[in-house]
Amino acid sequence: MAAHRCSLSALLLIICSLLVFIVADSEKATLTGDHHATAVDNLQTVTETEEGAAAEEPAVEEERRWEETVVEEATADKEDTSAPETVVQSSVPQPKDDFQEELVIRPLHSGDIYASFQFRTLWETDFMRGNKVSHYRLFPKSLGQVISKFSVRELHISFTQGYWRTMQWGQPFLPSPPGAELWVWFQDSVTDVDGTWKELTNVLSGIFCASLNFIDSTNTVQPSASFKPLGIGNVTDHRFLRYATLPREIVCTENLTPWKKLLPCGSKAGLAVLLKSEKLFHSSFHSQAVHIRPVCQDWQCKTTSWELRQTLNVVFDLHTPGQGKLEWSLFKMFSRTLTEACPLASSSKIYIDITDDPQGEQFEVSPATHLLSQAMVLGDRRTFSVYDLTQQITFGTVRSLNLLIRWKSSEGDMLRPLLHAERYVAGYGLQTGEIHTLMYNNHPYRSFPVLLLDSVPWYLRLYIHTLTVTSKGKDNKPSYIHYQPSKDRVRPHLLEMLVQLPPNSVTEVTVQFERALLKWTEYTPDPNHGFYVGSSVISSLVPSIVAMDTNSTREQPLFSSFFPCKEESSYFMRVYTEPLLVNLPTPDFSMPYNVICLTCTVVAVGYGSLYNLLTRSFQIEEPSPGLAKRIANIIRKMRGVPPL
Amino acid sequence: MGLLSDPNRRRALISLLTRLNAPICVVCYMAGVAWFMGLAFEPFTLRTYMSENAMGSTMVEERFPAGERALGTGREFSAHKKKAGGMPVDWLVKTMQSRGLEVFTQRFSRRLPFPDEDKERYMVKGTNVYGILRAPRAPRTEALVLSAPCSPGDDNNQAVGVLLGLAQYFRNQVFWAKDIIFLVNEHDLIGMQAWLEGYHHTNTTGMDWSPLQGRGGSIQAALSLELSSDVVTSLDLVLEGLNGQLPNLDLANLFYAFCQKIGVLCTTQGKLQRNDWDSVSGYSHAVQTMMLMVMKQASGRPWGDHGLFLRYHIEAATIKGINSFRQYKTDATTIGRLLEGMYRKLNNLLERLHQSYFFYLMPSLSHFVSIGYYMPAFGLLALILLLRMSSPGVLSVLTPLVISHLTGVALYTLPIHFQEIAVEHFPVSETEAVVLTAIAVYTAGLALPHNTHRLLTGRGTENGWKVLKLVAVLYLAVLLGCTALINFSLGFILALTLVPVAAFVTPDVPKALSAFIMVILSPACTLLFSVFLFQELQEMPVSFLDGWMLYLSVISQGILDHALYGSLVYPLVALLVYPCWLLFWNILFWK
Repeated sequence: MAAHRCSLSALLLIICSLLVFIVADSEKATLTGDHHATAVDNLQTVTETEEGAAAEEPAVEEERRWEETVVEEATADKEDTSAPETVVQSSVPQPKDDFQEELVIRPLHSGDIYASFQFRTLWETDFMRGNKVSHYRLFPKSLGQVISKFSVRELHISFTQGYWRTMQWGQPFLPSPPGAELWVWFQDSVTDVDGTWKELTNVLSGIFCASLNFIDSTNTVQPSASFKPLGIGNVTDHRFLRYATLPREIVCTENLTPWKKLLPCGSKAGLAVLLKSEKLFHSSFHSQAVHIRPVCQDWQCKTTSWELRQTLNVVFDLHTPGQGKLEWSLFKMFSRTLTEACPLASSSKIYIDITDDPQGEQFEVSPATHLLSQAMVLGDRRTFSVYDLTQQITFGTVRSLNLLIRWKSSEGDMLRPLLHAERYVAGYGLQTGEIHTLMYNNHPYRSFPVLLLDSVPWYLRLYIHTLTVTSKGKDNKPSYIHYQPSKDRVRPHLLEMLVQLPPNSVTEVTVQFERALLKWTEYTPDPNHGFYVGSSVISSLVPSIVAMDTNSTREQPLFSSFFPCKEESSYFMRVYTEPLLVNLPTPDFSMPYNVICLTCTVVAVGYGSLYNLLTRSFQIEEPSPGLAKRIANIIRKMRGVPPL
Repeated sequence: MGLLSDPNRRRALISLLTRLNAPICVVCYMAGVAWFMGLAFEPFTLRTYMSENAMGSTMVEERFPAGERALGTGREFSAHKKKAGGMPVDWLVKTMQSRGLEVFTQRFSRRLPFPDEDKERYMVKGTNVYGILRAPRAPRTEALVLSAPCSPGDDNNQAVGVLLGLAQYFRNQVFWAKDIIFLVNEHDLIGMQAWLEGYHHTNTTGMDWSPLQGRGGSIQAALSLELSSDVVTSLDLVLEGLNGQLPNLDLANLFYAFCQKIGVLCTTQGKLQRNDWDSVSGYSHAVQTMMLMVMKQASGRPWGDHGLFLRYHIEAATIKGINSFRQYKTDATTIGRLLEGMYRKLNNLLERLHQSYFFYLMPSLSHFVSIGYYMPAFGLLALILLLRMSSPGVLSVLTPLVISHLTGVALYTLPIHFQEIAVEHFPVSETEAVVLTAIAVYTAGLALPHNTHRLLTGRGTENGWKVLKLVAVLYLAVLLGCTALINFSLGFILALTLVPVAAFVTPDVPKALSAFIMVILSPACTLLFSVFLFQELQEMPVSFLDGWMLYLSVISQGILDHALYGSLVYPLVALLVYPCWLLFWNILFWK
């Protein structure tokens, strides 16, 4: 079994490294400042009518208008261990640290609008090996100290309010589960990982003003395969990994403020002025995250730098029934407009996803831009309009940028994402139940493997012998299972499986459980609300949509399109299911008085009579004799004869 | 404690009990009945009050404006229903989608064990359509349900209209913290059963359904709406669910509170509340209301689509619009506002409804009788059984016990299995065959067991019947006690008729007269009387012949309820109550 496991993790490693190459290849050429200038010059010369056609037919002349910058591939980056980004840095004069900010806006299929902020700080420094780092410029000091004190190699933390609706919104750039999620890789020099983890969660709890201090051994697991390091480094021993979620964590302004304070410009300038909590929390989905990881400094990767990536994703609800065109503007959504980039930022851009609108019929973007960019995002080729905030011309004569989009909504029918999942509790009553996890593979002809990670609290006692995995009515044997049973009040269940999803199928994983009766002090203050079970995590390499397109309508040279191109063939994806709310058998806390009265009565009556019977000596009582007999007895006594 | 351990006093108590046994029993019975009747007297009952703090003081404003438009949607729905000849699935899906919901459908089919003549159905096939309004920034862990049945004919079109109107209005509000599921179920309870089984992925009754695609987490509360006219006089609250289960009293309180706030006439059991509790007519009105609730609860069947939710520990009630000939009318906008208010308060819930009572009776919507008040009435009846335990003997009663229970098993299984044979040989329909077989088995049982002890011993010993009676009386006491805990009404009604039989039957009483009395007080006749009483209470008295037909259909419905929704009244009567009664019958014919 152990050997089997080893070979499997080796396989996974190979998959990961393969992906790295894929991503590295897909990145295109680099861009420097003067390209921008020419592109912007073009902006005024080229007529409006040509603009729409540009996306359709990339002729040689128009090719120039394509901004050749690489759009950072959001999800694929996560698996990225080489550093194509640093290649960008190497061509310009090397600053010790660097800050970039960007905002991606995507009108969603359902008529909602998705805004994703990304802020990246790179710093060429080494926190480890006894270096005392005391001078901080762009990198937040609080996080730098955390990294060096706790020997953190990678840290990923996300706070999410709401559930990402894959069926309506497609895939997010950065997935995250409802509530708080934290996973950390420690350096292999750490000896007491659990102790360090405990301290780290308490410190982070203070930094982000969240209840991360509730992370303890009962909700921490060490996944063996699902969470591999995203930065450079070759330690994959999962002893140094800790993963925990708090599905009940409620995210609000008190978490946003410390998050904003980590930015070099705070919320004073740049894109961050848009982050007003009264608008951000008036949305359908809100997620903010911090990712810290080591990346390569240059293509030789001799030294490392630290990357801090702060992301914030928000989906605004634009439902207005019976209206043909939806309208969205920066001011309407954030109640602010942009006037400048963050002065400390080396790049500051806004991307608008206009892929669904090649003809310019659906969208109307104003002010118009001629700067286009194309990127592979989540296995799909997307086209973006780009606004460069470092250029004064972007703000026009009014010195403020208020992007305005009008588009037709195509509400109603749901998407069929290639991979999505749902989970629910089956059964009724408070004794047993069954957790069902459904994984959908909607690819018409390709099957692919997924890694399912389930962490279930100890008070649901999983009957692991009832674990079944079925797809298309047949038993689907997982090729790898890692199961760690729970210990009451000490650690949760951990179940990891590698399952092959057949094409166009639903795979159902079921496992029965028994609900434990807790000790009365272990109940939460609101026990009848139920107890949360965190989301399951499904990680997978999904065949890309572009590769699925066998009969390509895109005009490509014939010689380029016979074999499916490798770099686009699959991409990494992580899907979180919804958390579960499970009711446990709950005593009636509101009636202790009744219970006390009743038990006291029962004890008093029962014990009293039993005690009475046990301690009393029983004698047969002589019936009292008559007067004559008594007198006779007295006489007999005087005579010395025994009485009658 | 001396009372129990002091032999003298104990002896005195026992002699008192044996000497005055019969009078005490009579007094207990009278007191039990009197206590029960007293429950409806207003000064003896409690006013309802909201126990759940999350729903209590929070103010909500109701602003639902679009009653007229909802009725228009209802008319459109009815047109499409006529055109489709059933559930207009496509239209509903499109309409719900255009209102911004996530829409899913569920197909189901079920072959009934025998044709249901009341509702004219045998092979049932249908589709449920439901749309989920996703709450912003909620992680899909909690949900509320609003359902309306798609009924045949012209019924409940307005309910679907109001449901869709509310969906549209709710979609534009920002305050939802729980997902709201709008469900239109076909074939009333069968569709609801299919949906609930699909949602919880259980299969208790062998129904075929397609699995659900979308869910909203654990359902906290549900309301079912029945509305068949554009304006209503009053709204009726139906609480009685499967197996006599009731929702938490706070749900009824919530409804009452909003009716008071908005100024809608509200009823329970179709009876308005009266203020003249001190007059005779006022009191009898309250008794009527309470008795109706008792009868309905005792029947153990779901009295609205909400009834099946209760098995899953989801608090649910049905709200029925009633249009009578009074002047006072309420329009659809007001009903919409009422529902909006209720959902907003349910949305505020932090925990499941659990603060208030689960066991209660309601003599009016504003008053209730809690379990602590009504149990003594039953306790007084059950006490008689304990008092009538006579001296013990040898265990020679096994044969009558086994034979009575076999009769019970026959009563439980034969009607459905023998329907085909019966239909072949007699000119009756399947439903009649089932019911008549049940009655035949029941009557045949009367002939059987009074000869059983002779088969065993050859003689009816004096001690034998006493032991049998001891066993039977204890059996009945335990049986009724358990029933009354779960379903007070059923337990009480059974106790009312069975306890006198149990108390006074011996082989020495005049045979013919007591046999007649016993038959009159047997479970089947209790059911017959209940049918007549129920009609009387509803102020719809029936002739004897109609009553008999109704009686037959009630039996068939009982068997169907058991097969379709897992109602437990029929197996309880067939497997436990009837054999127990047979034991007493046996005692009567001991010699």
